[in-house]
Amino acid sequence: MELDPLLISRIQFAFVVSFHAIFPVFSIGLAAYIALLEGLYFKTEDPVYLKLSKFWIKIFAIVFGMGVVSGIVMAFQFGTNWSNYSYAAANFIGPLLAYEVVTAFFLEATFLGVLLFGRDKVPHGMHLFSACMVAVGTFISSFWILSANSWMQTPGGVEMVDGMIQMTSWTQAIFNSSFPYRFAHFAIASFITGGFVVAGVSAWYLLRDRHHDMARKALKMCVIMLAIATPLQLYSGDMHGLNTLEEQPMKVAAMEGHWETSTGVPLLLFAIPDAENETNHFEIGIPKLASLILTHDLDGEVAGLTSVPREERPPVGIVFWSFRIMVAIGMLMIAIALFAAWKLFRGTLYESRGLLKIFSYMIPLPFVAVIAGWFVTEVGRQPWIIQGIMTVGEGLTPSLSGWMALTTLIGYIAVYTVVFASGVFYLRKVIIAGPAEDEKDTGDEGRPKRPWSAVSTPLEDSAEPARS
Amino acid sequence: MELIDLTLIWVLLIGFGVFMYVLMDGFDLGVGILFPFAPSDESRDEMMNSVAPVWDGNETWLILGGAGLLAAFPMIYSVFLPALYIGVFLLLAGLIFRGIAFEFRFKATTHKHWWNYAFFGGSTVASFAQGAVIGSYVQGFNVIDGRYVGGAFDWLTPFTLMTGLGVVAGYALLGVTWTIMKTEGKTQDWAFKLAPRLLMIVLVFFVLVSIWTPLTNERVMTRWFDHVNWLWVFPALTVAFAGWVFLQLRKRAETAPFIGSMTLFSMFYLGILISMWPLAVPPDYTFWDAASDPGSQLFLLIGFLFLIPIVLGYTAWTYWVFRGKVKPGAGYAGH
Repeated sequence: MELDPLLISRIQFAFVVSFHAIFPVFSIGLAAYIALLEGLYFKTEDPVYLKLSKFWIKIFAIVFGMGVVSGIVMAFQFGTNWSNYSYAAANFIGPLLAYEVVTAFFLEATFLGVLLFGRDKVPHGMHLFSACMVAVGTFISSFWILSANSWMQTPGGVEMVDGMIQMTSWTQAIFNSSFPYRFAHFAIASFITGGFVVAGVSAWYLLRDRHHDMARKALKMCVIMLAIATPLQLYSGDMHGLNTLEEQPMKVAAMEGHWETSTGVPLLLFAIPDAENETNHFEIGIPKLASLILTHDLDGEVAGLTSVPREERPPVGIVFWSFRIMVAIGMLMIAIALFAAWKLFRGTLYESRGLLKIFSYMIPLPFVAVIAGWFVTEVGRQPWIIQGIMTVGEGLTPSLSGWMALTTLIGYIAVYTVVFASGVFYLRKVIIAGPAEDEKDTGDEGRPKRPWSAVSTPLEDSAEPARS
Repeated sequence: MELIDLTLIWVLLIGFGVFMYVLMDGFDLGVGILFPFAPSDESRDEMMNSVAPVWDGNETWLILGGAGLLAAFPMIYSVFLPALYIGVFLLLAGLIFRGIAFEFRFKATTHKHWWNYAFFGGSTVASFAQGAVIGSYVQGFNVIDGRYVGGAFDWLTPFTLMTGLGVVAGYALLGVTWTIMKTEGKTQDWAFKLAPRLLMIVLVFFVLVSIWTPLTNERVMTRWFDHVNWLWVFPALTVAFAGWVFLQLRKRAETAPFIGSMTLFSMFYLGILISMWPLAVPPDYTFWDAASDPGSQLFLLIGFLFLIPIVLGYTAWTYWVFRGKVKPGAGYAGH
């Protein structure tokens, strides 16, 4: 069999970026939560906030560390596998990524050291400042990288001259048409992800009758935030979708499994798209609903996949099903969040064991939703690497052979399996061990020196509480 | 814009970024290379603790180097990475293993030795790969129309093998002198004993590279031997500094050997740049050929002029916050 470097490179990129994405999407929300906790502790001096913050900083340290090591890979993937794209787009992508490093990465890496180990070494205000800088850094980072990604989907402010992108307007390129929607959708997603993880772990403690004061406070904060954020996410997703309909109509057609351009399009709940015969099997749909959602008119016209040649259509099945998975999880989240808010209002949240159980099972779902959403937007823009300007085939490294790409693909899978397995194993230990019941002041003898050393639970001894 | 040569400014800026990376990540990679040779597990704990608060920030300079090259010299980025495809993977895999080893080594009890090997192996492979990158730069690339057209292993030659090993030795020297500065007692004694030997090995590599480079590369040969000139100041200074470091080690000075080793590294670094100047992608393309659009260079430069001093400021501040010796048995070695 002839190994296709293009296909393997696409699988490799999808793999490394999906693996990487689960860490920042969690750490952005969590960093903001930690900064909030530190701020509340600074203001009220209520030790519950300190205990909560110290516990979640341990989790944050591991997640952030895994995000850093997998992120270094991303900085070089563009060059190793997509060198033609990198070269052509360098005038725009290069400065954006470089700005991300100097405005975000240094800020996060450096102040994380102080956040983790500096509690006894710097004034309290300075420590709070460090927590805020880490949180701000994560946001700045997503600003740049989502701007770059959005530009590839809806390029603006540039022109192609002799095979190289030249800038005509930096503001139009950075604030391109899909960027505000994508940024809002991603930022809310990271809050929701962080919220469901904190809520899930807190619910788990309540079910096991542990750490009541801390778990109740955290669960309450999360439920209030989620009751606002999850419906808001539905709205931002709708806005994002409308922008996509305008800019990338074939992505929307694939999301809806919509083949022929027509009016009064039904919203499909189930179907098996068949790209070969340009049709769906086993369709179950709600009449006219897709037209209503997309055009805000029951009889609105929606362009179908057959309106462009086959080679310009994205793979329909993946996009169609990823979109349904994302939306289904989103709807479930809204229902749970609103129900929990109602229980909180009635004062029975902490005793509703069924709901607490649901929260503890929900922990993996926001990650699944994020990756599904990522698949919708990335697979849906195929075959373009820069929409309408350059295809993924044109962007590939010319010297790359199939076996080279396959070797590194297997290599990354092997390396990430080890990283992920150890990371999850360790996170589990930290959560099971829980926060230390009596946090002693670590003083100088406990002076920690390693970036992740806020986490001090011994790996092979789960019974022992954290730092002794 | 004709008054200011933006490309030249960017050569200096990227050169500074790579230089910062080599010096800063150099010593923490070096600590990893020395790991199996340390006298005891307590010493290993101290050594790891000494670089722990700063390695993450240090590694960020590598990402800055990558992104900066893409922004200012896209041809370098889009030729070096495909040409060194397998080497880049080894570099990244090495950095990943060494990054996670920081965390898990201290958590493990029965499997601690695995993480010792991960830290050692990751650091050594990453250092070797970086040395091979420098060797490949001197060696040149098979490029047509600004695109790499060579094979997967063109970069792996006896010459790059040697530059790779040279950098491993060099980083080990930085690591050992850092250990002298940050530890005391048995660990420091061991480091004092090891440092002169490593310095000798580094000098041997220096001599080998100095002889081999002009032999493989006519351009370099012409530059250094056609007219004897001020260039020879650099090797002369290198030898003088090496002698000074020897003396300081004998006197058991604690900070001077580290500063001396960093200076030695700067000399090597400048020597290579001068040998290759003005080539960015040898043998045909100069930094000016490899440059991005002046508008893009300017857009980024304006930001860098404000941001880099701020970054350097808070980086220096954290080194100050975590200053001083690492005490044996303190911190996480405790449990």
